Amino acid sequence: MLCPVLGAANEGDSRMGNYVKLVVLGIITLFAAIAANWGRDIAYVVHAVIIMLVAGYLFLRTLRQTDEPIKPVATDGYMDDVVRAGVIATTFWGVVGFLVGVVIAFQLAFPALNFEFLQPFGNFGRLRPLHTSAVIFAFGGNALIMSSFYIVQRTCGARLWGGNLSWFVFWGYNLFIVLAATGYLLGATQSKEYAEPEWYVDIWLTIVWVAFLAVYLGTIFKRKEKHIYVANWFLLSFIITVAMLHIVNNLSVPVSIWGSKSVQLFAGVQDAMTQWWYGHNAVGFFLTAGFLGMMYYFVPKQAGRPVYSYKLSIIHFWALIFLYIWAGPHHLHYTALPDWASTLGMVFSIILWMPSWGGMINGLMTLQGAWDKLRTDPIIRMMVISLAFYGMSTFEGPMMSIRAVNSLSHYTDWTIGHVHSGALGWNGMITFSALYFLAPRLWGKEGMYSMSAISWHFWLATIGIILYAASMWVTGIMEGLMWREVDANGFLVNSFADTVSAKFPMLVVRGLGGVLYLAGALIMAWNIFMTIKGGARQKALVGVPTA
Amino acid sequence: MDTYSILREIADSWVLLAMTLFFLGVIVWAFRPGSKSVHAETANIPFRNEVAPGSVETPASKDASIKELQS
Repeated sequence: MLCPVLGAANEGDSRMGNYVKLVVLGIITLFAAIAANWGRDIAYVVHAVIIMLVAGYLFLRTLRQTDEPIKPVATDGYMDDVVRAGVIATTFWGVVGFLVGVVIAFQLAFPALNFEFLQPFGNFGRLRPLHTSAVIFAFGGNALIMSSFYIVQRTCGARLWGGNLSWFVFWGYNLFIVLAATGYLLGATQSKEYAEPEWYVDIWLTIVWVAFLAVYLGTIFKRKEKHIYVANWFLLSFIITVAMLHIVNNLSVPVSIWGSKSVQLFAGVQDAMTQWWYGHNAVGFFLTAGFLGMMYYFVPKQAGRPVYSYKLSIIHFWALIFLYIWAGPHHLHYTALPDWASTLGMVFSIILWMPSWGGMINGLMTLQGAWDKLRTDPIIRMMVISLAFYGMSTFEGPMMSIRAVNSLSHYTDWTIGHVHSGALGWNGMITFSALYFLAPRLWGKEGMYSMSAISWHFWLATIGIILYAASMWVTGIMEGLMWREVDANGFLVNSFADTVSAKFPMLVVRGLGGVLYLAGALIMAWNIFMTIKGGARQKALVGVPTA
Repeated sequence: MDTYSILREIADSWVLLAMTLFFLGVIVWAFRPGSKSVHAETANIPFRNEVAPGSVETPASKDASIKELQS
C-alpha cells in the first residue's frame, strides 16, 4: 500500500515490491515503538502508538499477501471505490465537525459546560481547533479529494492514474486528520490558525499531498479529451497552491525528534504575515478555488446544461488566482505590519469582488432555461442557495477588509458570522448537493432514498445559517461599538466583561442555529445510509447513470 | 542594496508589468476569433464519459431516462 508505484507489472516485480514494503513498514513500526517509549509528551506518545498500530497492521497485511497468487487489478472503467469511501468519510466527518461546533457554541454561552472532569481535554480552547480542522480539513478536505477524483476521471475520460495510489491518498489524509484531532485534544499545537498540527503531522501531510498531486496530474496527462475542463483548472490550482502554502507556513525546527514541540523559523511580524498569507489563501484556494471546481462540474450536471459562459469561467479562474494571493495582509490592519502592505491587501481584497461575483453569476445563469427545476429539485435548490451565500460572503469579505470597517469588525463575532456564512452556506451547501448527486450514482440507485428528507435538510440548514449569521452580526457590531465607546473625559465606558454579558442572548441563538444545521446533516447521513442500503423509495428527478 | 530592496524593486516594476500583461493576454486569448466553437466543445465535456471512458450522455437519452422515472 505504501509503495503502489512498485506494484504488480508481473509476479516477480510484485514480490520485490512487497519485500521493500515489508522492510519500510517494519522500520516504521519499530521506530514508532521506540518513540512511544521515549516520547517526551503525551500527544507524541499517543501518536507514536497510533502510527505503530497502523504500520504494524499494514506490515501483517502485506506479509499475508506476499508470495500468494496475485489478484488481477482492474484497469478499465473508472476507479470509483475510493470515491465511495470518500462520500462516507465526508458524511461522517461533517457530522462530527458540526457536533463539536454545537458543543463549543454552547460552551461560550454557558461556560459551565467546560466540565471540570473533562479538563484539560474538553476545554473550549482545545475543542475550538478540533472544530475548525474537523469541518475545514476533515469534512471539506475529504469532499474535495473525493469529488476531484470523481470529476477528473469523468472530464478526462480516463481512469485514475497510479493504481492504488489514490487509496494511499484517502487513508493517508484521514490518518492526518486523526493525528491532528488527537493532537489538539492532548495539547500539541503550534498555535497557527488552521495550521495547528505539529511538525511530524505536517511532514506526513506533505507526503500525502504530493501523492494527491501525482494522481491528479497523472490522470490529466492521460486524458482522452483534447481540452482540460475548467473544473480541473480550479482543482489543480487548489492542490498546487495548498502544497506551497502548507510548506512555507510550516517551516519549523523540532525541539527533539522524540517530542511534538517545534520552533518556527519566522518570528514577529514576518511570522504573522506568513501565517495570514497562508490563512487567507487557505480560504481562497482550499475553500474557494477547490469548491468552485466542484461547482463548475456538479451545477451543470444537475441542471443538465453546460456552464453559462465558458469565457467567463476562464477569466474567473485567472482573475481569482491572480488576486487572491495578495489579500492576506487585510488580517493585520493596525498591527506592526507596514501600512503599505495592509493597504495592498485591502485593495486586492476589494478588486476580488469582481471575479467572485463573475463566478457566482456564471453558476446561477447556468440555470437559465431550467429555473423551473427550483420547484421540483431540492438538489438544484441547494446549489442555488450555496451560490447565493458565495455571493453574499464574497461581498461582505471585501467590505470587512476596508481598514475603517475592519476597525469596527476585527476581533468581534462579526468575523465569526462572516466565516460561517461562507463555510456553512457556500462550502456546506455545495458539498451536500454534491453528496446527493453522487450517492445514487456511485451505488447504482435510481435516486436518493428520500427526496422530502433533502427538502428537510435544505430548510433546516438554511434557517440554521440565518440564525447563525444574523445573531453574529448583531453581537459583533454591538461588541465593536461597546469596545470603542468613550465618555466625555475620554475614558472607556465598557469593560470587556460588560460585552460578554451583553452577548449572552445572541450566543444562545447562534447555538440553536448550529443545532438546526447539525440536525440537517444527521438527516442527510440517514438518507445516504438508506440510499446505499436499499433502493430508492421515491422515484426522483435526479439524473440516473445511463447504463 | 540589500536583497530585500532589490527584490522589492524587481517585484513592483518588471514582475508587476509581466503579470499584468499575462493577465490581459489571457483575456484577449479567451476572446480570440474562433474560440467560440472550442469553448462550446469544452463546456460540454461533463456530458460525455459519464459511465465509462468514451460513453456519451446526450440530452435526448437523459430526457428519456427522466421520463421513464416519472411514469
